[in-house]
Amino acid sequence: MSEPFKPKIVAFLCNWCSYTASDLAGTARIKYSPYARIIRVMCSGRVDPAFVLKAFGLGADGVLIAGCHPGDCHYIEQNYKTIRRHAMLRYFLERMGIEADRLRLVWASAAEGQYLAESIDRFVADVQKLGPLNWSENWRENGDRERALEEIVAEHAETMEVPV
Amino acid sequence: MSDLPKGKLALYWAASCGGCEIAVLAINEKILDVAALFDIVFWPVAIDAKVHDVEKMPDKSIDVCLFNGGIRTSEQEYMAKLLRQKSKVLVAFGSCASEGCIPGLANATSRRKIFDTAYHNTPSTENPDRVEPQTQTAMAEGTLHLPLFYETLRTLDQTVPVDYYLPGCPPEAERIWDAITAIVESNLPPPGSVIGAETTVCDECKRTRNEKKIKKFYRTWQVIPDEDSCLLEQGLLCCGIATRAGCGSLCPQVNSPCIGCYGPNKGVQDFGARMMAALSSMIDSNDPEEIDQIIRDGIPDPVGSFYRFSLAAGHLRRAKVGSRG
Repeated sequence: MSEPFKPKIVAFLCNWCSYTASDLAGTARIKYSPYARIIRVMCSGRVDPAFVLKAFGLGADGVLIAGCHPGDCHYIEQNYKTIRRHAMLRYFLERMGIEADRLRLVWASAAEGQYLAESIDRFVADVQKLGPLNWSENWRENGDRERALEEIVAEHAETMEVPV
Repeated sequence: MSDLPKGKLALYWAASCGGCEIAVLAINEKILDVAALFDIVFWPVAIDAKVHDVEKMPDKSIDVCLFNGGIRTSEQEYMAKLLRQKSKVLVAFGSCASEGCIPGLANATSRRKIFDTAYHNTPSTENPDRVEPQTQTAMAEGTLHLPLFYETLRTLDQTVPVDYYLPGCPPEAERIWDAITAIVESNLPPPGSVIGAETTVCDECKRTRNEKKIKKFYRTWQVIPDEDSCLLEQGLLCCGIATRAGCGSLCPQVNSPCIGCYGPNKGVQDFGARMMAALSSMIDSNDPEEIDQIIRDGIPDPVGSFYRFSLAAGHLRRAKVGSRG
């Protein structure tokens, strides 16, 4: 039997709420999926759409953004920008042929260690259902490319010289 | 400048429209100065030198090669590799070579769909035998070859190492002359740099800027914009915020939003992502449903709007390939 799919999940957690929640989950010995690679950012609003696209481009199967609940942002309203960027990114990802559900936005306060752990488990399970993304496969040309390049070299070698 | 020994210059044209070739001539009579400074050893559009001639040149014997166009076919990849091998300095000239440009927008579709449109589906196409280009065709006299058309257009630096980038669709004549002067006077930025400004089109734009808060995006045909205030604040998708300066904000000057032809500004890795970040910040709503509505109603084509010139160079490079054609 083949091994179960181990998705690569990049999780951006905000310093003030969600990263602290993951700390709490850790100190409370709550077990959750090991497939999320956690990256601490100062605010969910710090997550530039470029980070998300880069993660997918480099081989992530899913990207999770977690921050303070709306109204609770340490920087007043930056998580509202995250709501809008998340909507914009989902719309764009759909058009590029990436399932929008590979990107998830979660609110987890510093007290919600249990909830964050469950959210990560749920997201991992959902991405496992979607399967591997393997994005860079999309720009790998098939074997014909090597042959076509060799043909050019061979053909140039055969070309008749025009006498000077 | 004229005391220096004459250098060798090559220019080449891959997947592009030819506008960059014209842009070189837009430096007008200064082209004569270029001819005085350089022996032009290879420039298919203007002089009669063959690929064979280039193949016979010693490696690194061309001082500067200005390469415009993306890499769409095997022949273009061959030429990019050949010119890289023969040139000391390889310049990605113009938007196509730098970031894919309009030919790179075809990365939103597939080779199969491109062929269907080009050879079958346009109303003026008559092709009852459904003929399509083949890489090999057997004839009585022997086998004929055509280059392979790739599924994905690549930028020049996704194919070979590039020394400098000259952005623009096409680069403005003054910027081309600046670059030539910099090359001749050996006054170049570190290798890998873009030869150009390090600020955005907004900095060159004379319009009045206020706080950016909008409830609705408009397409250019839907409104006649006010001539003095920021186009973005009027709900038009103006790409000036992400785009490198260098054009003199030509489009906003004539009441038309910037479309981003000068490519990403310094520090911007992914042009479209920068546009998405900026536009999202402007939307005047905190309600997820309303936000979704504003985005979907106002931006019918997010890929084309955010990546008109840079899809091939973005982090995702292309849309998902459904079935390989």
